[in-house]
Amino acid sequence: MIERTYSIEEEREFLFPGHLACQGCGATIAMRYVLKALGKKTVVVIPACCWSIIAGLFPSSCLDVPLIHTAFETAASTATGVRAALDAQGKEGVNVLAWAGDGGTFDIGFQALSGAAERNENILYCCYDNEAYMNTGIQRSSATPIGAWTTTTQKGALEDRPKKDIISIMAAHGIPYVATANVAFPEDLYRKAKKAAGIKGMKFMHILSPCPTGWRIPSSESIEVARLATLTGVFPLYEIENGKKVTITYKPPQKSPVAGYLESQGRFRLMSDDEKRLIQRNVDAFWKTLMKKAKEK
Amino acid sequence: MKKVLMGNFAASHGVRLARAQVVSAYPITPQTHVVEELSAMVARKEIDARFIKVESEHSAMACCIGASIMGARAFTATSSQGLLLMHELLHWAAAGRLPIVMVAVNRAIAPGWNIWNEQTDTLSQRDTGWIQLYCSSNQEILDTVIQAFKLAEAVKIPVMVIYDAFILSHTYEPVDIPDHEMIDTFLPPPDLPDALSPDRAQAFGSVTGPDFHMEFRMKFHQAYEGVRDTFNRIDREYGSLLGRDYGVIESYRCEDAEVIMVAAGSLAGPTRMVVDGLREKGVKAGRIKLKLFRPFPAEELLTALRPAKKILVLDRNLSVGTGGIFAHEIRAVMKGDTRPVWGFVAGLGGRDIVPELIESMFFDAIGADAPVSGTIFKGARL
Repeated sequence: MIERTYSIEEEREFLFPGHLACQGCGATIAMRYVLKALGKKTVVVIPACCWSIIAGLFPSSCLDVPLIHTAFETAASTATGVRAALDAQGKEGVNVLAWAGDGGTFDIGFQALSGAAERNENILYCCYDNEAYMNTGIQRSSATPIGAWTTTTQKGALEDRPKKDIISIMAAHGIPYVATANVAFPEDLYRKAKKAAGIKGMKFMHILSPCPTGWRIPSSESIEVARLATLTGVFPLYEIENGKKVTITYKPPQKSPVAGYLESQGRFRLMSDDEKRLIQRNVDAFWKTLMKKAKEK
Repeated sequence: MKKVLMGNFAASHGVRLARAQVVSAYPITPQTHVVEELSAMVARKEIDARFIKVESEHSAMACCIGASIMGARAFTATSSQGLLLMHELLHWAAAGRLPIVMVAVNRAIAPGWNIWNEQTDTLSQRDTGWIQLYCSSNQEILDTVIQAFKLAEAVKIPVMVIYDAFILSHTYEPVDIPDHEMIDTFLPPPDLPDALSPDRAQAFGSVTGPDFHMEFRMKFHQAYEGVRDTFNRIDREYGSLLGRDYGVIESYRCEDAEVIMVAAGSLAGPTRMVVDGLREKGVKAGRIKLKLFRPFPAEELLTALRPAKKILVLDRNLSVGTGGIFAHEIRAVMKGDTRPVWGFVAGLGGRDIVPELIESMFFDAIGADAPVSGTIFKGARL
């Protein structure tokens, strides 16, 4: 397992109880750890997503940091403006965190995200990925994996396109830091957010965040299912620096079959065995390529 | 210092003198010079601004929104399609009460592609909550940009400074560029205590349900009612410093006029010339230039229109199915007034509005008791 080099417990909480997330929500856990890593001097920008609700209704907020709600496609561009203002005002040592779901990142906010990355804006962009439009009631996004049921990919017409490889796309911008993370591996997530905070320029983190409602799992099993995503190789944990240096940050002791991950969730219940074998082949191929890029054996 | 400047450069100088801190823009004809010149000014260190070359107008406005929430003085410029792409965020900026200033150069909307002058682009943003100021000379552009920042920050409402494509944007005129010191006195650095600070855990734009949303909008509407007075105060203050003020409307030879034409933007010039010509022919003509369009200066307009027996409105814009937008707005505030209103639509897509055409509008009205229809297209082939 991961060597514990950071004591997360020592850091203070910036996410208070009383938030409006569903039970077992991965997005809330993700925010908790990222804010612990970034600390008090952080401005958070949230476009339309589950977190627009989770943060609380006016006049309440569950975050102990300044927070800007913005339009669906503008997380990266609004964060750009926040950073420009802080620079103009001579305010240093402040983290600007754009915090968007997969819809706001992979789909509608993608143009602004690519623009900010190309300009190498000094922001940390975190995508908490629950693999569909969960806030509007489980519609597919370009982050939805093959074989998944959603309300727009139903029986007879399940999702038939692979998940967009957002990490490769972001790494291709040549930005200083790109990483995957998983709420089931908090030390790894925390370390990456901490590392990102210390880097000037554009940082992108892709955080797997289970959604019990949309994934059709009991809320008590969020972490277990999310852990399986990494243990099976479906969601490997790695980072890419300056578009080149690939490091796998967690290697499962032995990769378990993807069927275990797929069968743990109701959203994959309609998949055939053939499709499951296809997923296994895809995962194996991706892992092999990743090992090669990371120069590991 | 006097310089011969095109309208777009006059706007850039206004932004420089106002010491905007964040400029974010995307190129579109005929606005592009505004930000080209600003980027050159940043490179020459004549302005200490962050210049962000975004990938769309939508991001340009989002960037201004982010900067303005943090209390920085933010500026962008656009036209036509770019303004329409921003539409969602125009509402966001206005209802967020963010004092952003934007230059919008009036250009026709596609299809077909048309880069020439027409005012439908800005007028179709009339319900977004942005204050709209229409300019009719390059000097007025420079002065209005400076005034706009002061106005926006005073009332916490974003301001659009608007002028016509090519007729002003690309035309050179002598412009007095005020001393920076004088403008610094007029417009000190932004003082926005409500801005978000990295030191305070406050939230901007949280979910507001039926129990709060209405009050937010009502308060915004009420704040709008004070805009005219604040504009007038700022305009007078500017006038006392620099010897130039503009008013929410400008009336010309209206005191005893029997026929009055209302127009906006660069049409202020030719309509004035036509009025002079008609006066020489014994026609008691006058004209009103509309500078402030949002909020609509109903009181000032109705007072200036009082002597008129016949009212003419010249619209270089079209709300399809409704007609000219200025005519529509003027009819709306005239309420029980039964005087006839001629709504002329001309010059769409950059077609010239020559003095003879304007004069023919006056003669149409003089020769009839009432208009033949609500919307009369002039200078169009049948």
